[in-house]
Amino acid sequence: MAESANPSIEELAQREYKYGFVTDIEEDRIPPGLNEDVVRLISRKKEEPAWLLEWRLKALHRFLEMLENDTEPTWAQVHYPKIDYQDITYYSSPKKKKQLQSLDEVDPELLRTYEKLGISLSEQKRLAGVAVDAVFDSVSVATTYKGELEKHGIVFGSFSDAVKEHPEIVEKYLGSVVPYSDNFFAALNSAVFSDGSFAFIPKGVRCPMELSTYFRINAAGTGQFERTLIVAEEGSYVSYLEGCTAPQRDENQLHAAVVELVALDDAEIKYSTVQNWYPGDENGVGGIYNFVTKRGACRGRRSKISWTQVETGSAITWKYPSCILQGDESVGEFYSVAMTNHRQQADTGTKMIHIGRDTKSTIISKGISAGRGQQSYRGLVRIGPKAHGARNYSQCDSLLLGDECGAHTFPYLEVRNATATVEHEATTSKIGEDQLFYCRQRGISEEDAISMIVNGFCKDVLRELPMEFAVEAQNLLGVSLEGSVG
Amino acid sequence: MMLEIRNLHARAGGNEILKGIDLCVAAGEVHAVMGPNGSGKSTLANVLAGRPEVEITEGELLFDGKPLTDLAPEERAREGIFLAFQYPVEIPGVTNSYFMKAALNAVRRHRGEEELDAFDFLELVKEKIRLVDMDEKFLSRAVNEGFSGGEKKRNEVLQMTLLEPRFAVLDETDSGLDIDALKVVANGVNALRSPERAMLVITHYQRLLDYIVPDTVHVLSDGRIVRSGGKELALELEKLGYGWLETEPAASDPAGSPA
Repeated sequence: MAESANPSIEELAQREYKYGFVTDIEEDRIPPGLNEDVVRLISRKKEEPAWLLEWRLKALHRFLEMLENDTEPTWAQVHYPKIDYQDITYYSSPKKKKQLQSLDEVDPELLRTYEKLGISLSEQKRLAGVAVDAVFDSVSVATTYKGELEKHGIVFGSFSDAVKEHPEIVEKYLGSVVPYSDNFFAALNSAVFSDGSFAFIPKGVRCPMELSTYFRINAAGTGQFERTLIVAEEGSYVSYLEGCTAPQRDENQLHAAVVELVALDDAEIKYSTVQNWYPGDENGVGGIYNFVTKRGACRGRRSKISWTQVETGSAITWKYPSCILQGDESVGEFYSVAMTNHRQQADTGTKMIHIGRDTKSTIISKGISAGRGQQSYRGLVRIGPKAHGARNYSQCDSLLLGDECGAHTFPYLEVRNATATVEHEATTSKIGEDQLFYCRQRGISEEDAISMIVNGFCKDVLRELPMEFAVEAQNLLGVSLEGSVG
Repeated sequence: MMLEIRNLHARAGGNEILKGIDLCVAAGEVHAVMGPNGSGKSTLANVLAGRPEVEITEGELLFDGKPLTDLAPEERAREGIFLAFQYPVEIPGVTNSYFMKAALNAVRRHRGEEELDAFDFLELVKEKIRLVDMDEKFLSRAVNEGFSGGEKKRNEVLQMTLLEPRFAVLDETDSGLDIDALKVVANGVNALRSPERAMLVITHYQRLLDYIVPDTVHVLSDGRIVRSGGKELALELEKLGYGWLETEPAASDPAGSPA
């Protein structure tokens, strides 16, 4: 009965989250709690300039004010017990003995962690043609291909390094897309962010390789607050990928990141995410709370920002990668696959804010729910009064596996210009017993059939991913659905 | 005997649909099953393929002398049982050729044959597609998506000729086809006829049997086989209509029932 090539469904269902291991490494962490001293301490540890500390403190006060007024957002279709923000550790990093000069000096335990995740940082084995920045517990531990990129004038590495080496760029753009006062979680992030990735592509440069950051949460009882900033100058192009994993823990961990993208005239940024934070077990114990603010500003004419995300992890996802289409003829795209299995909850979507003339946006959202997963698409398309000839196309499809999961769609349309064209399509379908039986009748195993049907459903999104990521994402979709049938 | 069905009772959707079927098909034979709507024809097809929604309550189902009920649908398929569906489903985003390659390789693995790579597969499928007179563009489209009724049926026959099953069940493959499409489907089926293969052709109309000439014809009514005979039985039915079944007593009833 069991085949040699494919393990049975029972076996697959037993298989656990494969990135759930913990790395035993010395940490530098501060006691839990959030106040001015903590923010000053983080800033001091990172040897930051005064203007950045000032900015953090403003954010802190804004956050504490919101906390006081109890304005943590509750509009999302997700449910979780109240978070005690004074019970979280806001800074943890792998202990560094001294300044690292090369990868050889990185703690071998850390390198092994990334090897286990399938990401090789060693120079000879690194992914061909992809520059990797590895962020461990919110601190960048290694960046590959740095020298090669520098030849093109491209800056790619940790946010902390960028603050030291290119303070004028950071100061100019930090908070210019997502202000510290933007929302509850963005304010928190702005106050306590520890590290993240930074990329700067100078005028006219087409980045010769994919830039990639792998985020790894390791420490227990800590919050994770990365800050990513990507600036593409006039006529430049960059494709950036991020991957995320975390150990398996019974507690929930808060991850509140902020990503800001800026595209100037004729620049293009392609931002891809494969999010696989620990989702919790099948009973909903543990898992990451992923409360993330991602926004891109198409500042220049004919600029383009494209978000592609495959979200399979996290206990709760609260995330709306958005585009502000300010430059005339600028283009915003959002391609998303979100999957919720067991007791995962996701409220995700996008905002497309059309400001300039002849701006164009495309939204393709594919939601898959299995087990008792609950998921909502929430999307805003706003066409401003000056956005003559703006166009939007939105398509939101949901696929349900089983009877206990749910899918919801909340489209918001605000059109203030009569010359705009807005189209919205939405479908909900159940993975049919008929489809499954049809595949099985042709000799295809049940798990292969589900994987095939789901991947077919997501095709329009998966084909937007860079090659290396597409394969990873397809496998991930298969693994995440294990145990959802039978 | 390739297929033996003994006193088979089966339920679907809470109702008993098959009420004691006896049927034997030997290698090399083509049997036709005819009957009015609701007589249990599709349930019979589905029970052979192992559709989970159909529950066997009594009786035996043997393939090569072994109980078929021990096998999951995919295992039956790999053993060589093929069902040409009455209503083939659409699978959006999955290309037809990808699907067929996955199916063929699953069957080949089971037979201990080497899997075909994309190039060898394409060569093979392009040869087979000519047999059913389909345009090659259907290979790169999503499985059955936006296909007309006739195109779906041709696609079923294409899959059948690719997978080369030992026992093929055609569930009303003729319904909704014009005469040209019918001939194409029949050609595909006839090309597969061989001493090692058997087929069960389920149809509402005699018309298909002009092109696929059966060795034996069975008439199904209210979950039982009420008549069996040679190919002339189909013509007789065509002339008299199914109403005749209810009025005439069983003349040649192989099952010895109904009482």
